[in-house]
Amino acid sequence: MPSWNVNDQKVPQERLALVSYTSVVFVVLLLVGFWKLQVVQSGHFADLAERNRVRSIPIIAPRGAMLDREGRVLVDSYPSFSILLLREDMKAIEKSIPQIIDGLGVSRQDLQQTLDAAKNEPKFQPVVIKPAASVADIAFVESHRADIPVLELLMVQRRRYPHGQMLANTIGYVGEVSPQQMDQSDGHYRPGDIVGKAGLERQYNETLEGTDGMRRVVVNSVGKAMRTLDNVEAIPGKPIQLTIDYDLQAIAENDMQDKEGAVVAMDARTGEILAMVSRPTFDPNDFAVRIPSEEWARLNRDKETPLLNRAIQGQLAPGSVFKIVMATAMLDSKAVPESTTVYCPGFANFYGRTFHCWRPQGHGSVDLHKAIVDSCDVFFYTIGKQLGIDRIHDYAAGLGLGHRTGVDLPGEETGIMPSEEWVERVFHHKWYAGETISVSVGQGAVTVTPIQLARMAAAVASAGTLVQPHLFKNLPDVKTAQFPLSENAVEQVTQGLYGVVNEGGGTGYHLRLQNIDLCGKSGTAQLMSYNAANRLGNKKMDGWFVGFAPRRNPEIVVAAIVQNTMEHGGEAAGPVVRDVVKAYYDKKNAGTQQTASVAPPAPPAPVRPIVATVGGASR
Amino acid sequence: MKDRPRTQDFDWALLAIVAAISTIGVLEIYSSTHAAPNMAGLQWKQLTWIGIGVVGMFLISRIDYHTLMDQAPALYMFGLATLLVVLAIGHSRFGARRWVALGGGVNLQVSELMKLIIIIVLARFFAEARTDRLTLTDLVKVAVLTGVPVGLILIQPDLGTAMVLVPVAVVGAFLAGIEWKHLAVGAVLVALMIPIGWNMRRHLKPYQQQRIETFLHPEENPRGAGYQILQSEIAVGSGGFWGKGFGKGSQNQLGFVPVRYSDFILAALAEEQGFIGVCVVLLLYLGLILRLVDNAQKAKDRAGMFVVIGVTAILGFHVLVNASMVIGYMPVTGIPLPLMSYGGSSTAFVFLALGLVMNVRMRRFVN
Repeated sequence: MPSWNVNDQKVPQERLALVSYTSVVFVVLLLVGFWKLQVVQSGHFADLAERNRVRSIPIIAPRGAMLDREGRVLVDSYPSFSILLLREDMKAIEKSIPQIIDGLGVSRQDLQQTLDAAKNEPKFQPVVIKPAASVADIAFVESHRADIPVLELLMVQRRRYPHGQMLANTIGYVGEVSPQQMDQSDGHYRPGDIVGKAGLERQYNETLEGTDGMRRVVVNSVGKAMRTLDNVEAIPGKPIQLTIDYDLQAIAENDMQDKEGAVVAMDARTGEILAMVSRPTFDPNDFAVRIPSEEWARLNRDKETPLLNRAIQGQLAPGSVFKIVMATAMLDSKAVPESTTVYCPGFANFYGRTFHCWRPQGHGSVDLHKAIVDSCDVFFYTIGKQLGIDRIHDYAAGLGLGHRTGVDLPGEETGIMPSEEWVERVFHHKWYAGETISVSVGQGAVTVTPIQLARMAAAVASAGTLVQPHLFKNLPDVKTAQFPLSENAVEQVTQGLYGVVNEGGGTGYHLRLQNIDLCGKSGTAQLMSYNAANRLGNKKMDGWFVGFAPRRNPEIVVAAIVQNTMEHGGEAAGPVVRDVVKAYYDKKNAGTQQTASVAPPAPPAPVRPIVATVGGASR
Repeated sequence: MKDRPRTQDFDWALLAIVAAISTIGVLEIYSSTHAAPNMAGLQWKQLTWIGIGVVGMFLISRIDYHTLMDQAPALYMFGLATLLVVLAIGHSRFGARRWVALGGGVNLQVSELMKLIIIIVLARFFAEARTDRLTLTDLVKVAVLTGVPVGLILIQPDLGTAMVLVPVAVVGAFLAGIEWKHLAVGAVLVALMIPIGWNMRRHLKPYQQQRIETFLHPEENPRGAGYQILQSEIAVGSGGFWGKGFGKGSQNQLGFVPVRYSDFILAALAEEQGFIGVCVVLLLYLGLILRLVDNAQKAKDRAGMFVVIGVTAILGFHVLVNASMVIGYMPVTGIPLPLMSYGGSSTAFVFLALGLVMNVRMRRFVN
């Protein structure tokens, strides 16, 4: 036997026992370790395992379409892809950035900005780096799944406004839900959800938005979907039918091209808005994806406020259109004798101040009818003084001025209809009697919105029935208010308004239409005082025209304003009203036939039965 | 006293434990891989390895361990030579040169062979020392004997297997009678090595650096380097007390657990069989170790004792390091769980090592 094999030593039993004990200790320690994970923290790890395994993929519900009154599409949605950047692995992102910039054509700054903005969001929440992916972008993501694992595609529904700027201020636009909205929604909204931000998109958001679905899939360790756990289909938003008539809208839009102002066309019997234009405007398609911050800033900074819906938010001096209220107040209240005539030398003095008529050479002797037709300022100064501000206020307010019309749009303004009480409440001083003279011709403190004027004119011609203007075709319980007017007042005022368009010398005579009893009233509001305007040579004015037809219980009423124009209201805004009214009748007469074309200027001397015209401008 | 060693003298209790662990292992391999088309049937391959291992175990038990120890120097040189050969011609898998093609598509991980050799070599050394007080010179010799193969395996690089050789020396030295003061000095030296090793870490391979980095901060990069440890912990933790059931662990089935059929098989088991399953398995391993120590105690001579204790040290170390890794107590080192992890070389090694134990045991009554 080799020497090493001589067994002359005992086996060290004690130390072997120590090895056994050590083994026991180690196993106990290991079991404690497993216990900690599997029993103490098992809930936490079960969560993590579930989060590993299950990926929730939202199925975005398409927003409901908006249709015009004949079912033509004004707004719809289409499926599109957003490119997401998964942010769980910043190192992988860093590595892929050059490829992403190159492949998707996004700038490094934008990418960085997006990532910075999401810094405080949970890491598992991806960010959208390219909202409207092109076919090439999608191909890029698909073909680089292996080497750029941080990119992912999300199918979304995107808003489409096929007619661009048409009706834009009324339709509004959509955008990503704001943090405040999310807080208020009780978990209804998630970051990145698209909601209506303005206009009808906002007003009818709940109807339009539908309910997003959710697909929960089991994914394996490389993110491949293995099977679907459950699938909650998206419930598409409901379409809404509007009262808008695409044909009339198109004509109004066309007439307002390159102008500043607004148009409201309404069915005078029902309050259905047939057309609504606000200029300048914007293209809501710019918002449908993601508006670049510079563009958003530009739209908000723009002095011409393209985001404002002037039809309901523009608070403007009504000018001579206000004379409809004055004439109605005079006749209905009987506070001023019906037979009143005033001599107009082109100006008049009240309370030690000179007030000018728009026609420097004056109108001579003027009764109410002539005052309406020629829009004589001096006549209305005179009766305004006799009526007093509170009576004027009562009639104006009764006819809806200074109050919201209740149109189904967010952000409608009230305008201002001053009274003694109002001036004391707001300015804490007594009413200056001289103010009444200015208010009598729609200047001074009085401001209105175009939609108020349209409804006021319709109400007068309908003997005091005020309808609630609305855009939703089947709006339940449309409110009507009554401000009863005497038959005499209605008859005489509407005759005057008929004369404006249909009597030679009327301020709207050039607007007369064959076979259509177009009535109306022009108005020209100065933007600064008479003296200042003369001094600065700024002759720019706001030109109004409010027209309706037929004369009594009209079907259609149109209010138009062209702002910052050198023309008087009859010339600036009148043709818009005429074109829309004509189109309305052309269409009506042609049955359901499509687009009525705009009539050429009316032939010189039609003089139809019952044609009254009043035109005028306060200066 | 009998004259001939007999197979009837095998440690059947020990083999029962081994059979139990192997069965659990094969079942868990099946559970982990049956759903993956490219790995289906892996359990049959593992069974084949076990079969080969069992045959090897019987064969090696026939050769008297004294005979084997006589050949220790030759075996040692042979082992070192194969390690050098693998460095020269071996091919890489997973970024390390550990494999030698044996033909027929079978690749042998030669460092497994070195484990067997080092057990025999060190057993002989300690038996020859014939003292219960190892001198410092002895310790240096042990260190060199162990250090050379460790070094060769390290440069493959295979930190895990290299480390596995160390406990054979440490436990052997302990039993051979290391002085407490030397043990204390050694402990201090190891403690000192940690900061030095830390500063040397940039000389490690990038994947090793990353593993250490990952071990220290697993949450920092859940999709990247910390992924393996975190996913393993999630698997273990989400298994809970009772487990998710056979074939029902999502971490396991969906591939979140890294190499779930091999190094991380304990995580897969912990997920599907819960804490209860882990208890059973770890207690089986404890039984295995205690049974091995018992065999060491009953060895006829010190040589036999050192052979058995060498096997015990290696297997115990494997279990300890592997289980610790699965629950995030140790970095990922690529040390398989003996008898459960899928793998030909490692399974064969375990059975050959057990063959040595049987070898010693069946000769305890033989003169």
